[in-house]
Amino acid sequence: MTQYETPRLDRPWTEVNPGGVVLEPGNSVTYITGTWRTMRPVRDTEQCTQCLICWIMCPDAAIAIVDGQVTGFDHDHCKGCGICAQQCPVKVKKPHSFTGEMGKVIQMLPESQFED
Amino acid sequence: MVESNYMPLDGANAVSQAMRQINPDVLAAYPITPQTAVVQHFSQYVADGIVDTEFVPVESEHAAMSACVGAAAAGARVMTATAANGLALMWEMLYIASGVRLPIVLSVVNRALSSPLNIHCDHSDSMGARDAGWIQLYAETGQEVYDNTIQAVRIAEHPQLLTPVMSCQDGFITGHGVERVGLLPDQAVRDFVGTYQARYSLLDTEHPVTMGAWDYTDYYFEHKREQTEAMNGSLPIIEAVSAEYAELSGRAQPILDMYGMDDADYAIIVLSSNAGTTRTVTRALRAKGMRAGLLKPRVYRPFPAKQIVEATENCKAVAVLDRAISFGSPGGSGPLFTDVAAALYNHGVTGPILIDYIYGLGGRDTLPPMIESVYDDLQAAAASGERGDMVRYLGLRE
Repeated sequence: MTQYETPRLDRPWTEVNPGGVVLEPGNSVTYITGTWRTMRPVRDTEQCTQCLICWIMCPDAAIAIVDGQVTGFDHDHCKGCGICAQQCPVKVKKPHSFTGEMGKVIQMLPESQFED
Repeated sequence: MVESNYMPLDGANAVSQAMRQINPDVLAAYPITPQTAVVQHFSQYVADGIVDTEFVPVESEHAAMSACVGAAAAGARVMTATAANGLALMWEMLYIASGVRLPIVLSVVNRALSSPLNIHCDHSDSMGARDAGWIQLYAETGQEVYDNTIQAVRIAEHPQLLTPVMSCQDGFITGHGVERVGLLPDQAVRDFVGTYQARYSLLDTEHPVTMGAWDYTDYYFEHKREQTEAMNGSLPIIEAVSAEYAELSGRAQPILDMYGMDDADYAIIVLSSNAGTTRTVTRALRAKGMRAGLLKPRVYRPFPAKQIVEATENCKAVAVLDRAISFGSPGGSGPLFTDVAAALYNHGVTGPILIDYIYGLGGRDTLPPMIESVYDDLQAAAASGERGDMVRYLGLRE
């Protein structure tokens, strides 16, 4: 994923902008919230119908999209809220490629199961 | 110096005239007695096309300050006016305006906070907001509130300051009282306030900024430290703007308006219109040989501690007159007393006997004999060396 310049957490008060006015547009992307996750969404890519409802509903804009197709999750910013899994309208016809369960195309697994 | 055109005006109109001459970009306000006439007359100027101001009639004072914050964040020069519960209703927005460092000018026509309901003058409203990070100026007369309001624009917008300013006057007493007020020529005011160049504008899509963003535990403190540094260093800026205005108008604009303080044994510290009542008594007592003095701060926030200490450190006894009670403070004293006591102690001054007099709450009339009794008390206290009651009440039925 994109390389972000990590925000400095050590500026003394003499180096902050008066009023806390933020000069960098869209810099909330540099604030990594993915570490807050305790559950991670997994998507069965074959059975996904590309309806884009998960992308519409994600409150953190953490569904990655290329040319109108979902390609994955932005793990730097996904907080594991599970809204994508809950809103996904598609039930799998064969067991989920990640979880082996029936249910939706997007399902949630404990974050502890992942190495990265 | 330019000649002022003197005319009979009440304090509310002194402010609306100043606003007319300043011609701010945006004014968003909601009516409340005794501020109503300020905005009522200004809205007539808007309707008559005399000003270019975008006038926003809003549904509440909270909405008024919110609209002002939005307009100021867009880079506009913004003014508004309120009083009492109106100021209280916009309380959270005061902190937002000062926190984002927006140079809004607010005309406060001091009125008692409910409840019970009272529309008359006391300082509980602006005193309740004294921690909100706004500069506070207090005017004794219609002339002073006119002068202060114009200076407020330059003070607030100073690039090293960028702090909103409250320009206060006593409700009804000054607000509705007609006095001889000298207005500077329109062009002189225009030249004095100049054009406002906002450092940032939310409308500037070439240089997008975010204001009032989420400020976590790791940086909020540093932003507040920066804000307090600006307020702490604001007195020289206020003095410079005041000096420039004094030269223009020919009217002195001191931080502390003092009478007889050079050699005063007994001094009264008081804000706003009651300084006028007090001064007549001080003058009369001086004529009889008492070394009486009067100290009227024009600036209350930032608190001119060093100047007040220097003026009073050699007094035998000092009375502070407070037109508000800070409930639950030591002895139920008032805010001015609390600040004066702290200033004296912090400068190592323990000589003068210090007494607080709560007066004039809810518009209670304060008459010269009451002020005389204060000077008598001070004299008696100094003679006996005993302060007696720390907090007293003037004009209260006891």
